Amino acid sequence: MRRPFIVRFFSATPKAGWQALAIFTTFALLVVPLLHLAVPETSVFHVSSYAITLIGKIMCFAIVGVAMDLIWGYAGILSLGHGLFFALGGYAFGMYLMRQIGRDGSYQSDLPDFMVFLDWKQLPWYWTGSDSIWWAAVLVLTVPALVALVFGFFAFRSRIKGVYFSIITQAMTFAAMLYFFRNETGFGGNNGFTDFKRIAGYSITSPEMRVTLFALSAAMLMATLVLCRYVVSSKFGRVLMAIRDAESRVMFLGYNPLHYKLAAWTLSAFLCGIAGALYVPQVGIINPGEMSPANSIEIAIWVAVGGRATLVGPVIGAFIVNLSKSFFTQAFPEYWLFFLGALFVGVTLWLPQGVVGLWSQWREKRANALAIAPADAAVEPGAAK
Amino acid sequence: MSILLLHEVTVSFDGFRALNSLSLDIAVGELRCIIGPNGAGKTTMMDVITGKTRADRGKVMFDQTIDVRRMTEADIAHLGIGRKFQKPTIFENLTVFENLELAMKMDKRARVSMFAWLDDSERDRVSDTLKQIRLDHQAERQAGLLSHGQKQWLEIGMLLIQDPRLLLLDEPVAGMTDDETARTGELFKSLAGKHSLVVVEHDMAFIEQLGGKVTVLHEGSVLAEGDLATVQNDARVIEVYLGR
Repeated sequence: MRRPFIVRFFSATPKAGWQALAIFTTFALLVVPLLHLAVPETSVFHVSSYAITLIGKIMCFAIVGVAMDLIWGYAGILSLGHGLFFALGGYAFGMYLMRQIGRDGSYQSDLPDFMVFLDWKQLPWYWTGSDSIWWAAVLVLTVPALVALVFGFFAFRSRIKGVYFSIITQAMTFAAMLYFFRNETGFGGNNGFTDFKRIAGYSITSPEMRVTLFALSAAMLMATLVLCRYVVSSKFGRVLMAIRDAESRVMFLGYNPLHYKLAAWTLSAFLCGIAGALYVPQVGIINPGEMSPANSIEIAIWVAVGGRATLVGPVIGAFIVNLSKSFFTQAFPEYWLFFLGALFVGVTLWLPQGVVGLWSQWREKRANALAIAPADAAVEPGAAK
Repeated sequence: MSILLLHEVTVSFDGFRALNSLSLDIAVGELRCIIGPNGAGKTTMMDVITGKTRADRGKVMFDQTIDVRRMTEADIAHLGIGRKFQKPTIFENLTVFENLELAMKMDKRARVSMFAWLDDSERDRVSDTLKQIRLDHQAERQAGLLSHGQKQWLEIGMLLIQDPRLLLLDEPVAGMTDDETARTGELFKSLAGKHSLVVVEHDMAFIEQLGGKVTVLHEGSVLAEGDLATVQNDARVIEVYLGR
């Protein structure tokens, strides 16, 4: 029986997944926004703007984690440069946010402050169209994906694999960081973009805007999970896993791994770009620091902590690591990196399948215990005879 | 009519000639066994035919007219050349069913796979193959959990469902029990005629069971060719295997 594509697409996510998503939707799109907007600040039930921004930010990271899992967990390609695609999406939307400041900057000029500072008289050509939110959306959706497509094409065609691939992705994001640090590049140098005032004319710091960005991030996270679940449970996803486990066998079966890897890689970068664009207005800044190699390595840690090749694991990993990060950097700032290192070593040693692996191990144990128990019960009456 | 013709193929690795002007002619429907001591060039020969290694000199013609030397591994597979590796190479984290699904002859482009869905006749083909390789009760089992012999059979099944015209089998019965080996021999004999087979083996009893023409490789070229008894009595072959 042939089911229509749309049914197959949505039924790739199992029932339990939909139940979890329904609960999540209720909280992210209804409960939390109401608690922020309608409940007075004096009430214990009020959700602070700090919490909204923090969770909104982590949801953007979670999208990146899921995108990373698609290529690392399923295709076995460890990227240590995914922060670049995230940052490119952020910069693409940041250009629009800079133009939205209008004449409210320190120099009261039509140009962004950093350009006035550099004594530039007009916008460089690549800022053309940056006044339009639609053009910004086009850039967010295409630039990171195009960069990934070109980079991936050459890397995968040359059959660069394993640790060598990881190293060149690291070099890629590092080179981009150095390039964006330069003032002449036209992206604000080491200060990047900040001091945003509004989106589409509405104040960026208003509670309504905060809640809107929060809800958009949540919706994007859910869409990412459903999309990636379909991808990994399709035949395409099985070929990806086959490439991860025995690439030469896949080739001799008549598949061209280049196309499969490139498609997964580009999709992954595309999702990271969208996450970056949602992240920047929430935190109010984007600078080349986002492209630092350490940031990209941290993405891999979220995925490892949560559990590779599970999709939901990276979401959990992103929350565990980033909530600990915001706790540590306030309470014991000097110990954060030690904690992160210890977490990574600990997970590698004792939880190779991450936190989600712990959960499935527990379920397996319980299932075994249940399977043995009735057998015992069946023996006893026989023994009594 | 030849399905595969190698004409004076030479492959060197850093000056070492893995294949030295090797010529070989496999007829349509033939079952050919290839033997030879370690380092004789058996695996390199398969690498050249399947596009993994490029020949420095010589011709490799499939079906008389198609020169495979410039083609990619995937394109050569689409021509109808299937290969079984020396070490069983299956997708350990997928189920037995999924292994066969991926191997099945169908459109294998990425954008098609994204929306692909097995129809009833394709499901039937998978279950037929499962019966043929006696894994029909293990369809949903993770392939990595199979025994060594079963993995060998699964890989052979993956080759069969690809429906290739030429099967290259590198030590297909290594690690199998005697019973499994005998059944594999029966299977190969039943395939000959419809398909052409090239079997690389060390197991003489198995080669005797197959009963086809035997080619002996030594230092990258053909040392002797003929039926098993002739080859076994050839003075040079005895020297290569026993002498020095």
